[in-house]
Amino acid sequence: MSKLIAWFDERIPLSKTWNIHLAQYPAPKNFNFWYLFGVLAMLVLVNQILTGIWLTMNYVPSAEGAFASVEYIMRDIDYGWLLRYMHSTGASAFFVVVYLHMFRGMMYGSYQKPRELLWVFGMLIFLVLMAEAFMGYLLPWGQMSYWGAQVIISLFGAIPIIGDDLTLWIRGDYVISGATLNRFFALHVIALPLVLVILVFLHIIALHEVGSNNPEGIDIKKKKGTIPESEKPKFTFHERFTKKYDVVDAVPFFPYYVVKDLIGIGIFLFLFCYVIFFAPAMGGLFLEPPNFEAANPLKTPEHIAPVWYFTPFYAILRAVPDKLLGVILMFGAIVFLFLLPWIDRGRVRSIRYRCTFHKINLTLFVISFIVLGYLGLKPATEVYTFFARVFTFLYFAFFIFLWFYSKNENTKPVPERITK
Amino acid sequence: MKSFLKASLLTAASLWTAATLAAGPTVPLDKAEIDLHDKASLQRGAQLFMNYCLGCHSMQYQRYNRTFRDLEIPEELGVENLQFTGEKPGDLITNAMPTEAAGAWFGTAAPDLTLVARVRGADWLYTYFRSFYVDESRPFGVNNAVFPNVGMPHVLQELQGVPRKTHEKRMVDGEMKDVYVGIKSDGSGILSPAEYDQAMLDLTNFLVYTGEPMLLEQRRLGWYVFGFILVFTILAWLLKREYFRDLK
Repeated sequence: MSKLIAWFDERIPLSKTWNIHLAQYPAPKNFNFWYLFGVLAMLVLVNQILTGIWLTMNYVPSAEGAFASVEYIMRDIDYGWLLRYMHSTGASAFFVVVYLHMFRGMMYGSYQKPRELLWVFGMLIFLVLMAEAFMGYLLPWGQMSYWGAQVIISLFGAIPIIGDDLTLWIRGDYVISGATLNRFFALHVIALPLVLVILVFLHIIALHEVGSNNPEGIDIKKKKGTIPESEKPKFTFHERFTKKYDVVDAVPFFPYYVVKDLIGIGIFLFLFCYVIFFAPAMGGLFLEPPNFEAANPLKTPEHIAPVWYFTPFYAILRAVPDKLLGVILMFGAIVFLFLLPWIDRGRVRSIRYRCTFHKINLTLFVISFIVLGYLGLKPATEVYTFFARVFTFLYFAFFIFLWFYSKNENTKPVPERITK
Repeated sequence: MKSFLKASLLTAASLWTAATLAAGPTVPLDKAEIDLHDKASLQRGAQLFMNYCLGCHSMQYQRYNRTFRDLEIPEELGVENLQFTGEKPGDLITNAMPTEAAGAWFGTAAPDLTLVARVRGADWLYTYFRSFYVDESRPFGVNNAVFPNVGMPHVLQELQGVPRKTHEKRMVDGEMKDVYVGIKSDGSGILSPAEYDQAMLDLTNFLVYTGEPMLLEQRRLGWYVFGFILVFTILAWLLKREYFRDLK
């Protein structure tokens, strides 16, 4: 075995890669529950790719055949229903874990210097994921697939001058049709997954270059020579990390966090499989009831709502009376997240040591996001629109306030070392 | 400032309550106590569907032989009693009504019913079947309380009898008024009201089955998967405990 590994090591950096990224990668020893969601996002990505491959084997990407082929998969393919439910539940699970992963980053300041690029790669993943999910949702060719896509694509029509031509270019037709379905299929199964995998790769490379943040927001890389031998961890870390710094309060990612994550994966799978086997439609949240009716361009559903993971942004869009301004605000909601590393001018990372106002501000942001998500599912009545405006304001206020108070923030003293 | 905050919070709270109260269905739905394990009920439902519905409504994603197998109907018996137009047992349950013509005859094509239970829900179907009533202003002489201005005749009238909206004289606000109390059959049907309700429950049961024919298998498998995950998680926990011993 060791001979075989040696044979490979002479030809490809096998052991070296393993050591740098897993066995000798220093991970802060105080990771908590919130540090699980990156691994879970990768697990769900693998689930989506594998089930997607098998679904593609029997799916028919045409306006005439799409809906029937999905039902063919559900009924006539052995365990086809399982593949489909794993994929449809996986889509929602992806957003659940990604939203929690992003919240973790916000809570512990994981986007702050030197992790700005890491955050930007993450945001790009989020953006591509939204495009991937949106295009995937058209493929079953149900009523909500069709009309949801109709609403979203028509948003691009609000852009002045090029709007109409742009929507035509996206659809490939004057209305959503088989042409749209075909191109969305191509993008959903080849183009975007490829981009997604590349971005995930870059995200991890960037993470391992700067090192992981932790709930305390304290650097585990100290100036070379400042840490006495007795206080250094008893583990061997790769020289890439120890050459320039003294690494403290860390454990190797493998095996410690790998085995710890396995427990988290078990608990996640329990919830994931509960949905797959006992509530795949999740009360209409993951699979919307009107989507069990084949797409009909002549029959508009009473109430069109996107799937839950888009609804916070959809609520922002509807809160604004002017269509163009609504579209700008909706995309602005994501642009502000992109710019978070530069909006936050503070130097203290973790919420544990930041000012009380920051805690309130972040809490209000999370509440706004959840309430907007709820409102986006509901019809836009006068009352709901009123609330959508209030919470849209609070959503953006988070960033504005942050910019101001983070400059000269009244923070608590940050300890030198991770004590726990 | 404080009182302004208080006032706006109060307004917000009351608006919120108003918003939640305003929502809700227009006609209260009856609970359909269906049981997918009740094969006899499913068989009766299938019989009703093939005899009364299939003429206009297809079930184009579901196959005859799959239905027979799941409902425990011997194939020869199924072919003989539930297939009327000479299809093969492995065929999909379609009918001969041309979509365009149906549009011309009824104003709209009769929707496929394979997945109707997933779109509407069992309670809606059960209530809908029992909510037709005589309305001379409609082209087919009937209307439906759950689906106003429905575009189909009451094909189950020979079973239910002629259903009419009934009113009772009741004291309302100190005045005697006609109050709507529900839909009642005139008793001319083959079935009694109780038998009709049971038949509609069977039909609903069958449509829930065709919406998700894999449902029982899915749930059965789910318990095994839970068992596997439980063992996996316990082993992972033991493994983690073993490794983390060195960190102490």
